[in-house]
Amino acid sequence: MSILVDKSSRVVVQGVTGKEGTFHALACRAYGTKIVAGVTPGKGGIVHEGIPVFDTVAAAVTNEAANTSLIFVPPPFAADAILEAADAGIRVIVCISEGIPTLDMVKAARALQGKETRLIGPNCPGIISPGKAKVGIMPGPIHKPGRVGVVSRSGTLTYEAVGQLTARGIGQSTCVGIGGDPIIGTTFVDALRLFQADPETEAILMIGEIGGTAEEDAAAFVKAHVTKPVVGFICGQTAPPGRRMGHAGAIISGGTGTAAEKMAAMRKAGITVLKSPAEMGEAVARRLRQVPARRAAATSKGRVTAKPKAKTTKPKAKTKTAKRR
Amino acid sequence: MKIHEYQAKTILAEFGVPVPRGRVATTAAAAGAIAQELGGTVVIKAQIHAGGRGKGGGVKLAKSPQEAEQVASQILGMMLKTHQTGPEGQRVKQVLVEEGMDIRRELYLGIVIDRKVGLPVIMASSAGGVEIEEVARTRPEAIVKVHVDPATGVVGFHTRKLGFGLGLKGDLLKTAADFVTRLYRAFAAKDCSLAEINPLVITGDGRLLALDAKMNFDDNALPRHPEIQAFRDLEEESPLEVEASKFNLNYIKLDGTVGCMVNGAGLAMATMDIIKLAGGEPANFLDVGGGASAEQIKNAFRILISDKNVRAVFINIFGGILRCDRLAEGVITAVKTLGVTLPIVIRMEGTNVELGQRMLRESGLNFITAQGMKDGAGKAVRAARSI
Repeated sequence: MSILVDKSSRVVVQGVTGKEGTFHALACRAYGTKIVAGVTPGKGGIVHEGIPVFDTVAAAVTNEAANTSLIFVPPPFAADAILEAADAGIRVIVCISEGIPTLDMVKAARALQGKETRLIGPNCPGIISPGKAKVGIMPGPIHKPGRVGVVSRSGTLTYEAVGQLTARGIGQSTCVGIGGDPIIGTTFVDALRLFQADPETEAILMIGEIGGTAEEDAAAFVKAHVTKPVVGFICGQTAPPGRRMGHAGAIISGGTGTAAEKMAAMRKAGITVLKSPAEMGEAVARRLRQVPARRAAATSKGRVTAKPKAKTTKPKAKTKTAKRR
Repeated sequence: MKIHEYQAKTILAEFGVPVPRGRVATTAAAAGAIAQELGGTVVIKAQIHAGGRGKGGGVKLAKSPQEAEQVASQILGMMLKTHQTGPEGQRVKQVLVEEGMDIRRELYLGIVIDRKVGLPVIMASSAGGVEIEEVARTRPEAIVKVHVDPATGVVGFHTRKLGFGLGLKGDLLKTAADFVTRLYRAFAAKDCSLAEINPLVITGDGRLLALDAKMNFDDNALPRHPEIQAFRDLEEESPLEVEASKFNLNYIKLDGTVGCMVNGAGLAMATMDIIKLAGGEPANFLDVGGGASAEQIKNAFRILISDKNVRAVFINIFGGILRCDRLAEGVITAVKTLGVTLPIVIRMEGTNVELGQRMLRESGLNFITAQGMKDGAGKAVRAARSI
C-alpha cells in the first residue's frame, strides 16, 4: 500500500500547456502515472502532447473521471485553481506553485475546511508512491518501492534523503513534500497519521526546517500516536534569526521556530534526531534493523533476543534486511 | 518587506487609523521647520527599519523648534545601534518629527498570521511599549487574542473581546472597536505579514492614537502592490542582497568563507549546516530556485563571488525542476566570463545528471567534483582553508 496516490490516481494537470506544466506532465506520465486530462482555460478541446485539454476542472472530472489534480498555475491564480479543483470534487490536490500570497492561501485553506479534499502544498515537490504513481516534480528514478514513508517541508532536501535511502537499498512507500509556505494544506501531523495507518509503511523519515511550530506539533503526535520508528532532521541549524531563508515559512521570529527547540521536542518524543543531513539514510537503516526485533518481541518472547548484538557489527546485514523488507 | 515608521503611518492614515500629526525630514533645518509648524513639544524619531530605537538614543523630545533642529542634527547621520541592527549599527538618514502627546495609558495592538490556525490573529495587551514576545514569555495572560476569518473580517464580538480584555470602558470601547477594524482593513488590503501598533496610546483627552507603527509585507503579494514596492528603502538592505533580488535569487549574506550555491531552500539550509559540521563557516545562503536559467545562474555566481570573504565555492544541486545540464551551462559560462579563480566544488544529482557532468568534464575548466554532500562540504571547507 501507500498513501494519497497510487495506481488508482487519475490525474488532471492544471496549467498543462505551460512550460513547466508540460515538462512535468510528461515526466509523470513517463513514470507510469495516469495523466488523464489537462486544464487551461480557453484552450479546451485541444489535445496537448496526447493529453485532452479542458477549460475547467469540472469538465475534466466529468469526461475523464479525474480524481487527483496537479497544479502548475502562476502564483496569482493558484489559490483560484485550488478552489476550482476542490469544487469539482477532486480528492487529492497537489499544488506545486511557489509564491502564492499568504492571504490567498488563508482564504483557500479556510474554504477547504470540512471538505473531503486533501490539499498537498503549495510550494512543494508533490507526492510519489514509488512504482505506482508520481504526482509531482521529483526525479522519478531516484525512488524505489519499499516501506519507508518520507515527509518533508523541503523539495530538493527530500530528493537528497530519498537518494540516500535508495543507495542503501531502502525503498519508500510514499514520499510527501508538504511544502515550505506558512499556510499549507497537509501538515506533518496529517502525513504522520496516514503513515501510521498504512500497513506497508514500517518506518518514517521526517524532514523539517526552522520557522513555525509544526515540528513540535508533530513530535507531540508521534509521542501519543505513532508506534513506528521515526527519524528526523531539521535544516537551518545555522540560520540567522529574523531572516526569511528562501521558503516563506522559514523564519525564526521572536526566539521561536529555532532548530534547537524543534530538535529537543522531537528527541523527547523518541524520534531519532540527526545533526547531519548526510546521515539520513544510514539512520533510517539503523532504525529499520530494529523493526523485526521489536515486532518479534511483541509477539513471541525470547526468540530474537540474541539478534540485536549481531546487527550492530555486520554492515552487510543491513542491506539484506532492507532488501527483504 | 519592511518599511519605515513614517511610511506605515501614511498607510494607516489612508485607512483612517488615527496617528499623531507629523512629517519626515532629511535635514535638521527641515526638522526645525516642522517643529515650528506643529508647535509645542515635539518628538524626533530616527527612521531605520530596526526596532529598539528609543533605547539606542534615536528617539528624543524637543521643547522648541531650535531644540528640534539641534536634536535632529545629532540624530541625522548617526550610526544607530539597537538589538536588531548589527554591531556596527544603521545610519540614520531621515527623522520623523511629530507632535508630543499627553499619554495616559500605553497599550499594545498587533496583527499577524497565526500559522498553526491558518488565520490572521489580532493580539492586544495592556502592557504597551514592551515587546510582545517578552509579554508572551512573562505574562501570557496579559495578551488577548482573536482570530479573524477573512470571509467575515472583523466583527463586533472580536472588538468587544479585545476592548473588554484591555479593561476599556464607555466611549473608549467604541473608539477602540473602530481603531481595530480599520487596522485590520489595512492589514488585509495591503497583504501585511505584520501590522503592529506599540504603543497604542490613550491620550489625556481620551483619544486613541498609533504612537508607533510597524508594518511588514508578504513578499509573495508584492507584485500586486506597486504602491508598497515604492516604499522599499534599498539602503536598509545589504547591497549584495539587493542585487540578488533583481534576479529573483534568494541570497542572504553570512560571515563565513565557503560560498554556497544550492537549488531549493531546504537543501540550501542543510548545506550551510553540513559546512559547519565539516568545520567551516558558510558565506551565504543562496537558493537558485527551481526554474533557474543559465543566465540567472551566472548572475548568482557573480553575486556569490563578489563577497570578498569567499575562499571556495560549494555548488550542491539535486535536480528536480532544475535540470543539471542547465546548471552546468550556467556555471561554465559564469566561470569563463567572470574569470573565476576560486576553487569550485560541484556535487550534482538528479535530472539530466550525465549530460551535466559531461558538459563540466568537457569544459576544460578545473572543477572539483564530489560524491554526496558530506564529501562536497569536506572538500569545500578544505579548499577554503588552503587559500
